[in-house]
Amino acid sequence: MRGYVIKRLAQAAGVLWAAYTVAFLVLDYLPGDPVTAMAGAGMESGQVDPRQIAALRHEYGFDQPVLTQYTQYLGRAVRGDFGDSVATGRPVTSTLADALPQTLQLTASALLLAVVLGGGLAVAATYTTRRWLRQFLLSLPPLGVSVPTFWVGLLLVESFSFRLRWFPAFGNDGPRALVLPALTLAVPTGAQIAQVLAKSLFTALDQAYVETARAKGAGRWRVHLRHALRNASLPALTVVGLLVGQLIAGSVVVETVFSRDGLGRVTAAAVTAQDIPVVQGVVAFGALIFVTTNLVVDLVYPLLDPRIVVAAGGRASAV
Amino acid sequence: MPGTGERREDGTSGTHDEAAGTRIGTRGVHDRAGGTHVGTGGVHDRPTGTHHATNGVHGRAGDRRAGSGHPPTAPLLEIRGLSVSYRTRGGTVAAVRGVDLDVWPGQVTAVVGESGSGKSTTAHAITRLLPDNGVLEAGTVRFGRHDLATLSEPELRAVRGARIGLVPQDPTVSLNPVKRVGEQVAEVLRLHTKATRRSAAAEAVAVLERAGLPDAAVRARQYPHELSGGMRQRALIAVAIAAGPELIIADEPTSALDVTVQRVILDHLQRLAEESGTGILLVTHDLGVAADRAQRLVVMSRGRVVEAGPTRDVLADPQDPYTRHLLASAPSLASARRRPTATVRTADTADTADTAPAGAAAPLVEARNLVKEFRLPGSGDGPRTLRAVDDVSFTLGRGRTLALVGESGSGKSTTARLVLRLADATSGRVLFDGTDVTAAGGARARELRRRSQLVYQNPYASLDPRFSVGEVVVEPLRAFKVGDRRSRLARARDLLDRVALPASVLERRPAELSGGQRQRVAIARALALSPDLVVCDEPVSALDVSVQAQVLELLAELQADTGVAYLFISHDLAVVRQIAHEVAVMRAGRVVESGPAEDLFARPRHAYTRELLAAIPGGHVLSPAAATITN
Repeated sequence: MRGYVIKRLAQAAGVLWAAYTVAFLVLDYLPGDPVTAMAGAGMESGQVDPRQIAALRHEYGFDQPVLTQYTQYLGRAVRGDFGDSVATGRPVTSTLADALPQTLQLTASALLLAVVLGGGLAVAATYTTRRWLRQFLLSLPPLGVSVPTFWVGLLLVESFSFRLRWFPAFGNDGPRALVLPALTLAVPTGAQIAQVLAKSLFTALDQAYVETARAKGAGRWRVHLRHALRNASLPALTVVGLLVGQLIAGSVVVETVFSRDGLGRVTAAAVTAQDIPVVQGVVAFGALIFVTTNLVVDLVYPLLDPRIVVAAGGRASAV
Repeated sequence: MPGTGERREDGTSGTHDEAAGTRIGTRGVHDRAGGTHVGTGGVHDRPTGTHHATNGVHGRAGDRRAGSGHPPTAPLLEIRGLSVSYRTRGGTVAAVRGVDLDVWPGQVTAVVGESGSGKSTTAHAITRLLPDNGVLEAGTVRFGRHDLATLSEPELRAVRGARIGLVPQDPTVSLNPVKRVGEQVAEVLRLHTKATRRSAAAEAVAVLERAGLPDAAVRARQYPHELSGGMRQRALIAVAIAAGPELIIADEPTSALDVTVQRVILDHLQRLAEESGTGILLVTHDLGVAADRAQRLVVMSRGRVVEAGPTRDVLADPQDPYTRHLLASAPSLASARRRPTATVRTADTADTADTAPAGAAAPLVEARNLVKEFRLPGSGDGPRTLRAVDDVSFTLGRGRTLALVGESGSGKSTTARLVLRLADATSGRVLFDGTDVTAAGGARARELRRRSQLVYQNPYASLDPRFSVGEVVVEPLRAFKVGDRRSRLARARDLLDRVALPASVLERRPAELSGGQRQRVAIARALALSPDLVVCDEPVSALDVSVQAQVLELLAELQADTGVAYLFISHDLAVVRQIAHEVAVMRAGRVVESGPAEDLFARPRHAYTRELLAAIPGGHVLSPAAATITN
C-alpha cells in the first residue's frame, strides 16, 4: 500500500512538471511578452521610452534565451516562488492566495450541488417505475451537458435576480451571492455525474447479485441503495475526480459572468495581459488540485470495492 | 426496475382473478385425484389429460416414489396452467405456456430442458422474480395457503428468502462483490427474523457451516472474490437456507462448477433437503444430474411440459419423442462406443491416406517437458510464482485427437496456449511438424499461426458482433492475403457448406444465429486456412446437449475429410469420450495419466482419473436405459 502511494506521488510530480512545462512552451510561443503588451497599451495613451521597455524586459528576464528563462522559472517554482505579476508587481503566490478562498467556496459548493443533484437524479431515474418519468429524468443530463455555462448563468440571473429578486446578480457578498454562480457551475458537472451514475446503476441492477438480493426478500429501495448503488458508484467517482479540473476551468466563465472575484477572474485578467508569471502560477496550481483530487479518488476506491485492494497491492509490489 | 412494473401488476390482476376462479375447478380435479391417490396407493400424479388435454403431457400412474421418510400427503408447491411471456421490441414472446408442476416436501423435483425451454423462467416465476419485461399471463402457484401469482409485492417479499430460497446459477456473479460473505447471509436473517446485527452475524457463521463451508468464521469475514467458485456456491446455499425455507429453488446450481465440486455440492443440497424435509426444485440442463438426484422429473421443451413423472419411470420408458431425443444425446449417458468407433475408423483411413507417404512416424505436435510459471502478486516477502504447467509432455499425430482433460486451474488451457505460441514457455520445447517452434518469432511464428488455429469455448463472445458471418469466416484469409475477394467469398461458401450452414447466413450477424450455429461459424473460420492443427478449447461446453452432439459429430467428420489434428481441451470426460483418440488427464499443472481413450476409460489407473469418472453425473443409473434407447 505504501509503495503504491509513493509511486502515485512520483506520478503526480511528473504530471505537475509536464503541465508547467507545456504551459511555459505555449506562452513562449505566443507572440510578444507582457512588457510589450503593457507598453502597447501605454503607447496608445502617450510616450513610452524604448529604453525603459528594454530595462523592464531585462528585469523580468525576457531578453534571455528560452532555456535559461525556463530553468530559472522552474528552479524558483519548485521552491514555491512563482515570481511577481508583471501587471501589478505583486508576488504571484499572494495574488493567488487572495483569490483562492472565493473560488474554493464557489467550486466546493458547486461540486456538492452537482453530486447531490446529479446523484439524486440518477437514483430517481433508475428507481422509478413510471416510464414517462424515467424518460423525462434521463433526458435532463444530456441537456445540462450541452447548454453553454454562460448561457445558463445569464438565464438564472435573468429569472432569479432581475425578475424574482431572490438572489443578487453579481458580487461576493455572503452566501446568497454564491447560490446562482454555484448552481450555474453545478449544472454541467451534475449532468455528467448523473449520466455516468444512471448508466452504471442500470448495469448494476442487471447483475445476478441483484437477483440474489431480491430472492432474499429485500425490497426495491434496499436493493437499489444497499446493493446496486455502491457497486455503481465507482465509475461516478472517477468522473468526479476528472470534473474537479473542469470546475476550475468553469470558474473562469462563471466568475466573469457573475462579476465575482476569484481565481477565474485572476486567470482571465492574466491571460489578457499575457502576465506570464501569474498564468504559470495558475496552471501549476490547477494541476496540483487536479492531481491531488485524483490521488484521493484512487485511494478511496479500495474502500468502496474490496477487490481493488488486490490490484493496488499487485502494482505496489511491482515497484 | 421497469416502467412496466406497476402497470403490469394492475393490468394483470383481472387475469389473476379469472385464474383464481378456474383454480377452484382445478382444485376439484385434484381432490378427486387425491382420492385415487389413497385408493391405488401412490398415484399422486394428476390426471393431466383432463386439465390440459392439448398439452400432450404424458402423465403417469404408478408412481414408485423414492422419497425418504414418511410419504407426504400434499404437494408443497402446486403450479397449474402457468404462462409467462416476455415483451420484446419485436412483440410478445411466450416463454412458458400452461405449465403444471408439483414439488413435494423432502423430495427433489428436477425440471430438465435445453436453453429456451422455459425451465428457468418457470422457476423464477414461482416467486415472480422475472426480468422487467417478463409478464405472468395466467396460472396459479399454490404454496401453502397462498397463490403466489396473486400476492402483492410486499406479501411476496415475506415469502422470498423466508419460505422459498433460491440458489442461483452462477456463483461467481451472484454474490455482491462489495459485501462480506457473512453480511450477505446475515441480511436474510435481518430481513426475516428478529435477529439483531450482532446475533445475525453470529448465526450467519452457523448457517455457513451448515451449508458446508469450512472455516466458516473466517470465510464470513472475507469478500466473495477471495473464495473459490465452489465455496461461493456454498455461501449462496447458506443464503438460501438461512431462514429455514420450506422450498429451495436451485437454478442450474452447479453448471458453472467442476464435476467433482458439483458432486459434493449436490450431495450436500440433497442431504439438507432430506434432513429438514425441504422440497427442492432443481432446474438443470443435465439429464445426468437430474437422474442422479431427483425423485421426480419434469421435461420441458419450448415452454411446455412434455413429460412428467417419477424419474425412474421417465428414464426407463420415455413416452415423448423429445425426452427420447434428449436421452439419446446426453453425453454422460452415451455408450462409449457410439461415435468414437466411427471416429476412429474414419480417422484411421484418413491416417493411411494422409500420412502414409510422408511417414506415419513423425508426429504433428510434440511437447517436451513444458513448464510455465506465472508471477503472483507478492505479499512483501519476495516474488512468488505459480507453476501453471509443470513438466508436461505429449505427442499428437496427424489426423488424431488428443484430449487434455482436467478441472479449472489444472493448466490445460495454458498448455494449449504454449503449443499455439500464444504464451511463452518458461522451459521445455514445442516441436511442430518436426521443427522446434518454442522460440520461433517473426515469419516463422506467423507460419505457425497459419497452420494452427483455435476454436474458443464461448461462441457468443468469440465472434466480432459487428462483422457479418462472411467477414468472420474470410478474416484469416484476408490476414494472410490468400486469394482475391471473389475467391475468398467462394471459399467462405464452401466452408459454411462444410459446417452444414446455408449460404444465406453469409450476410447475417453472429447475434442472429443460435449458439450451435455460431460455433459452426467459429469452426469454419478455424478451417479457412486448411490448418494442420485446430485447438478446441471447451468447444461444446456452452452448448445444449443435443447441439453438443451435432458439433462433436461435425468435428469428427471434418477430421475424417481433411485430416486435421485436434488438441481438444475439456473438463467433461463424457464429451472427451466421444471424440478423443488419446487422453491426457491433468491436475495442478501435471499430467497424471495418459493413454488411448478406450484404455483410460475402461481401466483408469490413477485415483484422480477414477474420481473424475465417478463424478460424471448419471453414468451408472442410466447406462442400461440409454443403451436400449440408442440401439
